[in-house]
Amino acid sequence: MRPEDLLCPSPKGLYSPAGDFYVDPTRAVPRALITHGHSDHARAGHAHVLATRQTLDLMAIRYGEGFAGSTQALAYGDAVVINGVRVSLHPAGHVLGSAQVRLEKDGLVIVVSGDYKDAADPTCAPFEPVRCHVFVSEATFGLPVFRHPPAAAETEKLLASVRIFPERTHIVGAYSLGKAQRMMALMRAAGHDAPIYVHGALTAITDYYGTQGMALGDIRPVKGTDKAAFAGAVVIAPPSAMTDIWARRFADPITCFASGWMRVRARARQRGVELPLVVSDHADWDGLCASIQATGCEELWVTHGAEDALVHWAQTRQLRARPLHMVGYGEEDEEAAPTEGAAPGAAP
Amino acid sequence: MNRFAALLDRMSYEAGRNAKIRLMADYFRTTPDPERGFALAALTGALSFANAKPGVVRALIMERADPVLFEMSYDYVGDLSETVALMWPRLEDAPAHAPLLSEIVHGLSTLSRSTLPRRLADWLDGLDETGRWALLKLITGAMRVGASARLAKTAVASLGSVTPDEVELVWPGLAPPYEELFAWVEGHGPRPETSNPAPFRPVMLAHAIEEANFADLNPGDFSAEWKWDGIRVQAVAGTGPDGVRAVRLYSRTGEDISEAFPDLADAIAFDGAMDGELLIVREGRVEPFNVLQQRLNRKTVTVKMLAEFPAHIRAYDLLVDGEEDLRALPFTARRARLEALVEKLSSPRIDLSPLVPFAGWDDLTRARATPASAGAGPDADAVEGVMIKRADSPYLPGRPKGPWWKWKRDPHTVDAVLMYAQRGHGKRSSFYSDYTFGVWTQGEEGDVLVPVGKAYFGFTDEELKLIDAFVRRATINRFGPVREVVHEKDEGLVLEVAFEGLARSTRHRSGIAMRFPRIARLRWDKPPGEADRLETLEALLR
Repeated sequence: MRPEDLLCPSPKGLYSPAGDFYVDPTRAVPRALITHGHSDHARAGHAHVLATRQTLDLMAIRYGEGFAGSTQALAYGDAVVINGVRVSLHPAGHVLGSAQVRLEKDGLVIVVSGDYKDAADPTCAPFEPVRCHVFVSEATFGLPVFRHPPAAAETEKLLASVRIFPERTHIVGAYSLGKAQRMMALMRAAGHDAPIYVHGALTAITDYYGTQGMALGDIRPVKGTDKAAFAGAVVIAPPSAMTDIWARRFADPITCFASGWMRVRARARQRGVELPLVVSDHADWDGLCASIQATGCEELWVTHGAEDALVHWAQTRQLRARPLHMVGYGEEDEEAAPTEGAAPGAAP
Repeated sequence: MNRFAALLDRMSYEAGRNAKIRLMADYFRTTPDPERGFALAALTGALSFANAKPGVVRALIMERADPVLFEMSYDYVGDLSETVALMWPRLEDAPAHAPLLSEIVHGLSTLSRSTLPRRLADWLDGLDETGRWALLKLITGAMRVGASARLAKTAVASLGSVTPDEVELVWPGLAPPYEELFAWVEGHGPRPETSNPAPFRPVMLAHAIEEANFADLNPGDFSAEWKWDGIRVQAVAGTGPDGVRAVRLYSRTGEDISEAFPDLADAIAFDGAMDGELLIVREGRVEPFNVLQQRLNRKTVTVKMLAEFPAHIRAYDLLVDGEEDLRALPFTARRARLEALVEKLSSPRIDLSPLVPFAGWDDLTRARATPASAGAGPDADAVEGVMIKRADSPYLPGRPKGPWWKWKRDPHTVDAVLMYAQRGHGKRSSFYSDYTFGVWTQGEEGDVLVPVGKAYFGFTDEELKLIDAFVRRATINRFGPVREVVHEKDEGLVLEVAFEGLARSTRHRSGIAMRFPRIARLRWDKPPGEADRLETLEALLR
């Protein structure tokens, strides 16, 4: 069997001709395998969805219970056979519930990473390298300039600023699924036990993290809180809300942004960020290279991001590599500002 | 070095002056000697790190990185030092400790050109991404964090109960790493001895006068002189105990700017401290500020520049005469001593700021409106208003209210069209509060707007809300934090912009740069097609 018969790019996303299913399709399809709950990977309207229990729950929170015709939960490590293709899910370390998809038929193994990171994250299961013939990797931070520092050190940068400016509000822009809760966990681990205030778009997802056994401490909604409470407090909001009229309730705020993009000064400047925090839910360059090598793959396919640099790197290591030029994947939450009270994550 | 780098990193994103002071103060408070002292030296420009050309940095990364990956990365980041700092490979056997700022300072003072690259590479191996960025920026002379020496000294002063002016006073006698300065400010050491024979004295500043103030002021108690549009300086000279004569020129914040004006050194042929305005005088005529500006902020002063832009002091006060401190004397007494001194000097470089005679406030109103016919003559272009000083006022540091007033000429105004708006920082981060505006000029296909300036104050909080709402409503393009708003002849927002003057500029597309522009009024009533034209502004330059 050729790899292309087991998996190939198509206009709707990665498609398995042998199994007749899609992985993270960008449009509605009869059968979809979903790696994780971010809106650019998990879309509503598929007839049948297979994912981890947590990804299914998060999709229900974001899109409503009827987000798919039918759903099937699959635990990490368990396998199902779809049209003769053996399918199993393995932790990707990206956000809660995130999984890599392992496909096997006639002795050929392809692993689709989805988005992943090899750095420690207390809010999700750690990334597990899975041996395979073909590894399908993302390359969001696929340039050697992206080296994420320890997240604890970046968190300390934030808390040091809170100590120096105890009368100001630190608004931390963070994607509402994953990054926001990870920032809460990081601050708690650093000993910050004051209430953390959140934008309405974060509440339901953060509550769900609580039900999954994550103690994130005293989390309160911004809405309905007396303005005086925000002095010296940390507020977490989707990045788009920081520049929205919503942010005017905070006196003299310091605009912070937790993202791997903050590594590059021009990117931080462009967004008007005053305190960039280099905290990412994607593997950095060293992480991508190490993870790819750990799979022992013979061939590398790169889905989205800075494909060219990663393909070049692979080729200098005698690894067959090709870019898939997939479109439709990127950062979620980048554009339209969610309004408080609207269904979190609902399409604008 | 990593800690100092973290401070520079944070300051590079921080726009607020007070926030910068607090960031520096926190660093000084939590960093031991001598590291903080070398950091202070770096921040005040007392040390030069600029030892390497970008070529050295490029050569180092080429030995360590795949050239294709380097080019892709450089292309993405757009800055050589930053690219190298970020992609510098991690060593398995990295040095046990990061280099200290003091080690780097000592190292740089002893390295030769041939040993520098090897040593620089060792330092980079020991630093983190931010540390490498800061070191490469410092060593290539490209560090920009927007903090003046004065701001750094203000941060030091804030560690204890000392004023920035007091720090200025002891500063000339100090050298890095300033341990005795920190000890004094923090209250566990004596005030450092100033052996400086030509110290700076804190200057006296004036309040802007308002219409309502005149009713309470008796013209007979005051004298008036022109307010010159140059830079405020203090010329000081004296002889030290070692018999060495020192001559210094200070800015109004106490920065020593002597090196930038070597042509004045010989003219300061007296012992004492004189307060005055630095101006460019050609053929006996004072040039307007935009001529002086061409000589300011130059790293090196060329012979050509000295000849083309001869510096001059127009004196208006005498603080110290010989050994005698005159500051407690009334203005009239100091003025008499100043007049005697200037006459004795009879220097072509130093003259007296003439008094403006007036019997009542009406006379002075006329003089301010038409300086040329009220005694300023051909120098009128360099007059930016009048100063009103109480005849009995002692020379007091700071800005006491009452003894000295400044009464500036009315600003120029222009009706311009809002073209772009940028989000502000901090309190204003959810407001579009920085405005780029333009005026009409003839383009290839009819009239087009050309940007002539940028303003981010002058409006009230209420007006800010209105402009912000307009920007959000009228956006036609977005570039990161910048929005382009509609600016057609019949659609858009006209801003009345007030400014102090114009200078020719090669950095601006319009060819002109505005001094001190601010939004004076919102002209909702005016269609953009009726806003001013570039020719109107160009006429002001003639």
